[in-house]
Amino acid sequence: MTNISKFTRLVRLGIKTLLLHKLRSLLTMLGVVFGVGSVIAMLAVGTGASEEAQSQIRRLGSQNIILHSVQSQQDQTTDRVRMSIYGLTYDDEQRIRETIPTVRRIVPAKLIPHEARVGGRTMELRIVGTTPDWFDLVERELIAGRRLHQRDLATRANVCVLTERSARRLLATETILGNRIRVGSNYYEVVGIIRSETGGTAGGVQTPDQEVDAYIPLTTARERFGDIVMRRSEGSFERSMVELHQLVVEVDELENVESTAEAIEQLLRRFHPREDYRVSVPLALLRQAEATQRTFNIVLGSIAGISLLVGGIGIMNIMLASVTERTREIGIRRAIGAKRSQIIGQFLIETIVLSSAGGLLGIAVGVIIPQIIEYFAGMPTIVPMYAIVLSLGISVGVGVLFGIYPAIRAARLDPIVALRHE
Amino acid sequence: MVSLKDVRKIYQMGSEQVHALDGVSIEFAQGSFWAIMGPSGSGKSTMLNLLGCLDRPTSGTYTLAGEDVSQLEDDDLSAIRLKYLGFVFQSFNLISQLTVRENIELPLFYQGWEPHECAARAIEMAERVELGDRLGHRPAELSGGQQQRVAIARALANDPRVILADEPTGNLDSTTGDHIMKLLGELHQQGKTILIVTHEEEIAAWAEHRLHMRDGLIDRID
Repeated sequence: MTNISKFTRLVRLGIKTLLLHKLRSLLTMLGVVFGVGSVIAMLAVGTGASEEAQSQIRRLGSQNIILHSVQSQQDQTTDRVRMSIYGLTYDDEQRIRETIPTVRRIVPAKLIPHEARVGGRTMELRIVGTTPDWFDLVERELIAGRRLHQRDLATRANVCVLTERSARRLLATETILGNRIRVGSNYYEVVGIIRSETGGTAGGVQTPDQEVDAYIPLTTARERFGDIVMRRSEGSFERSMVELHQLVVEVDELENVESTAEAIEQLLRRFHPREDYRVSVPLALLRQAEATQRTFNIVLGSIAGISLLVGGIGIMNIMLASVTERTREIGIRRAIGAKRSQIIGQFLIETIVLSSAGGLLGIAVGVIIPQIIEYFAGMPTIVPMYAIVLSLGISVGVGVLFGIYPAIRAARLDPIVALRHE
Repeated sequence: MVSLKDVRKIYQMGSEQVHALDGVSIEFAQGSFWAIMGPSGSGKSTMLNLLGCLDRPTSGTYTLAGEDVSQLEDDDLSAIRLKYLGFVFQSFNLISQLTVRENIELPLFYQGWEPHECAARAIEMAERVELGDRLGHRPAELSGGQQQRVAIARALANDPRVILADEPTGNLDSTTGDHIMKLLGELHQQGKTILIVTHEEEIAAWAEHRLHMRDGLIDRID
């Protein structure tokens, strides 16, 4: 008889024996069921969350460094009418471009919140004055039309590229391309539409683009809006002068990102005595997110280890009881001529069948729970394939580890004594 | 041929040594039918355990089918039991969760027979003991006599040279017991060596020879 058919017969025998005590077998399995189930569920939630964070960060571009202008604390005053001057400048852009060799491209942006109007419809847009390179650095799908051109920049053209969502809201019924939107007293022709990005923050960094953007050439923005932004609030009148709100720097190689960020910071520090800028490095955030995920996995692994240990001990306990209960059967088998190794095989396979069945049920539980979480809590979950394979492997391992001792105990029984056992 | 030569079995009971067998020499010819008798403590059970290769003598030689099996390793003893011996016990010793057929198949399973061969042989053996219609039953669904017949079928399945029976009728009424003895007698006719341990004279009367044990020694043979 081949080894495989011997093995399947032992497995069948094991299943049959376990089915004789259905409730007991089920209860014995529960430790492994919940151990495996919770491991998979937790990994699914963890992987889902981290995938989302990582993809948000990746959308910022892992080879990018993003600089923001920020109004520093000491700069804010209670003066009723005051001009605050802060932030990144055109000079900064030029200095970074010219002095840091690892910078491949640098894209400046002016961000002006402004109301836009088409016919009777109005909407708060974020006007982004930038250069055509923007669309390369912030990878976003072009749905229709074209992106901004170098020519638009040179001619200070009154053209704009809208995000999908701004286009839908402003030009719900009209044809979009070629139509014109009004911002302030000027009209801008819509030349293209790009896919909206669900904005928000990824690890604390604002994504460079938002859902309600309208991109116009930087030169046009400078001419139309100047560098002074006025804001009226609660009776006070606040003016701020900011040349550039954002600089997106693309680094030539991934391994140069961190050193380039360091160089940029040193450079900026020299020209900005007040810290009126912020440097965010998506790559660093990505690394951080990965590190967090690793920690999370270690914690999960420990919890899983403990719960499977408990499950395994439960199985061993029952198997030891079963060996005592079946002493006579062992004696009979030995008298007939079963070798010790065959008795070990029989009991070990029985334990492995038990723990693997627990593992399979646990996988089912572990796949269903994330679905429930996704449905009710709206959290994204991903059940990683490796988690399923790993859990199955571990549950077989638990069977071997905790089954070997009871099996050896069974095999060591003296057949004469075992036969006399009542 | 089954032969014991100056076989001793000494148990250590606390600080005392118990000589369960104190130098026994005997030959059981191939195809003979023996009853081993004696009061409890006479050493007949010890002798059966040694003859059944379930235990090893402290000293002396046990030859079975031309092979000295007195000091074999555990696995080798298992192999000898599987090949040459069949057991019939007082309390039948069937495995309760297995069916009649599966019980009979056990020695074949351990010999590594293919499933369909096992089944065919088990059916043949069950018919041999007139239980061909009970194959799917579990031991608990059978009478004592039927259970003992299943045990005999199991003992026969591997076609052993020697059948060792330990008080095979002890748990049966006399009619059923006679039936079982008749069956063993038939096996003897077919050339099996049969060794039964009993304390009942009527049962011993079925055998060709009677071996009387006393205090670990052979008392007399008749």
